[in-house]
Amino acid sequence: MMTVQDYPSRLSDPASRKLGTFSYLPEMTKDQIRKQVEWIVQNGWNPGIEHIEPKFAKSNYWYMWKLPMFGETDVDAILAELDECHDANPGHHVRLLGYNNFTQSQGANMVVYRGTAV
Amino acid sequence: MNQQPRKTYDAGVKDYRATYWEPDYSVKETDILACFKVIPQDGVSREEAAAAVAAESSTGTWTTVWTDLLTDLDYYKGRAYRIEDVPGSDDAFYAFIAYPMDLFEEGSVVNVFTSIVGNVFGFKAVRSLRLEDVRFPIWFVMSCFGPPHGIQVERDKMDKYGRPLLGCTIKPKLGLSAKNYGRAVYEVLRGGLDFSKDDENVNSQPFMRWRDRFLFCQEAIEKAEAETGERKGHYLNVTAPTVEEMFKRAEFAKEIGTPIIMSDYLTIGWAAHNSLSKWCRDNGLLLHVHRAMHAVMDRNPNHGINFRVLAKLLRLLGGDHLHSGTVVGKLEGDREATLGWIDLLRDRHVKEDRARGIFFDQDWGGMPGVFPVASGGIHVWHMPALVAIFGNDSVLQFGGGTLGHPWGNAAGAAANRVALEACVQARNEGRELEKEGKDILTEAARHSPELKAAMETWKEIKFEFDTVDKLDVQHR
Repeated sequence: MMTVQDYPSRLSDPASRKLGTFSYLPEMTKDQIRKQVEWIVQNGWNPGIEHIEPKFAKSNYWYMWKLPMFGETDVDAILAELDECHDANPGHHVRLLGYNNFTQSQGANMVVYRGTAV
Repeated sequence: MNQQPRKTYDAGVKDYRATYWEPDYSVKETDILACFKVIPQDGVSREEAAAAVAAESSTGTWTTVWTDLLTDLDYYKGRAYRIEDVPGSDDAFYAFIAYPMDLFEEGSVVNVFTSIVGNVFGFKAVRSLRLEDVRFPIWFVMSCFGPPHGIQVERDKMDKYGRPLLGCTIKPKLGLSAKNYGRAVYEVLRGGLDFSKDDENVNSQPFMRWRDRFLFCQEAIEKAEAETGERKGHYLNVTAPTVEEMFKRAEFAKEIGTPIIMSDYLTIGWAAHNSLSKWCRDNGLLLHVHRAMHAVMDRNPNHGINFRVLAKLLRLLGGDHLHSGTVVGKLEGDREATLGWIDLLRDRHVKEDRARGIFFDQDWGGMPGVFPVASGGIHVWHMPALVAIFGNDSVLQFGGGTLGHPWGNAAGAAANRVALEACVQARNEGRELEKEGKDILTEAARHSPELKAAMETWKEIKFEFDTVDKLDVQHR
């Protein structure tokens, strides 16, 4: 018989806030992020980067980092932009998107750098 | 001058095939096409049976009447134009019938089906009859209403991308008070699910009136949203005894700001459902659609309506989610056939593909897609297969597989969310989910005690009954 465990989510604890896809998994390593970038490129989606101060994370519109990288297939170039955005905006959430222009939707959307919870 | 040959009135009974069997007919793009599986009575030829089905589902009656001559039935009659063997059956054959566009009211699914699955299903010349597929021409598709929002808009409204959505039907399905029920909703939403769901038969019983349920569930949604920072919903079932009552409940749902409601499109009736779907688009509420009663029509392989057709007509009537079978859970569902109709719900063009039971090309034009919903007897161990089968554009619903967790609903929800995200991450990394599922879940469970406990709880559960409604294939 397993001992019942409490589910430790609290209104008063900012660490309880989640950030969409993959936010229930541990933060991704560099290698894991690279594989997700490769997935976006393989699907022919347009990579994009957005970031926000954690307290405004619920908004639909995060700050767009430059412009979506239309037609970019160089995985290293995309990773470099992610790092650049992260360095320029310390403490912000930074997410990676894959715009699917055929469905007018986002085939991928994941926070790759988690900001400081508030 | 009218160059048509003159017709004269000749009273009496004629063979149907004289008028309704046209093997040389070339199908028009504007025709509605239907494929029926027919088992004729002994002594009735295939051509006569096919022609009889065409006649009785369109303009024909059993004897010639003089008023036939006041019109030109060539504009209106259905034509049996092809007959094929059914693989694996000596008795049954497929009859292909073309119906001209003049036969139907624009935008009326009700009208089309009143004709093609009307009296003909009780017709004595056929022993049994099953509508396998219908090709809706683009003029008809675009005259119908379609999903109130569709897959892309729902993703934007709910802010969910790059993965299937997760839901849960609240259990026990009947008998909870509104406040206890709201508690169950709150727990699954705070644990990481996107949606919870009223059971189809939760309407407004004495133990829990609809208004109380709506209010407690809405509070649960709002609290879970504040706690997790994510958008949440509960499918508030507005299925009701009258249309007026249904709209009263829908209006209240809108008033309290809930994002999604639900209906049961077969029991509530197609006209009522179509009205509700239009209301949902006008008022910005998503519409989840349950399919109670479908198995009455679609389970018998020789008689009734294949679910493929019921799925297509729901996309025409409008709905943002539709239950479509799980392939792997406790409910009926052949894998290839299920893959066929989930594509028919979601895609813009679907090609004829007999291996998936699809008899016609179907063009949906600009009509949005519907999320297929996998629900019934599934748990974390099914997750790798579900993600592989359904892909991102689906809603995976774990009822018992959430609420039956040894630590409760929130832990059960978290277990499912972790399992889902681990499978999506692994798929994106190029791993084969159905082969490596166990490793993927085991790795994920190292960071999630909730998932570990779920995996220990449900390890042994399997549902291994054979499917009753299989695709027709040579199996002897």
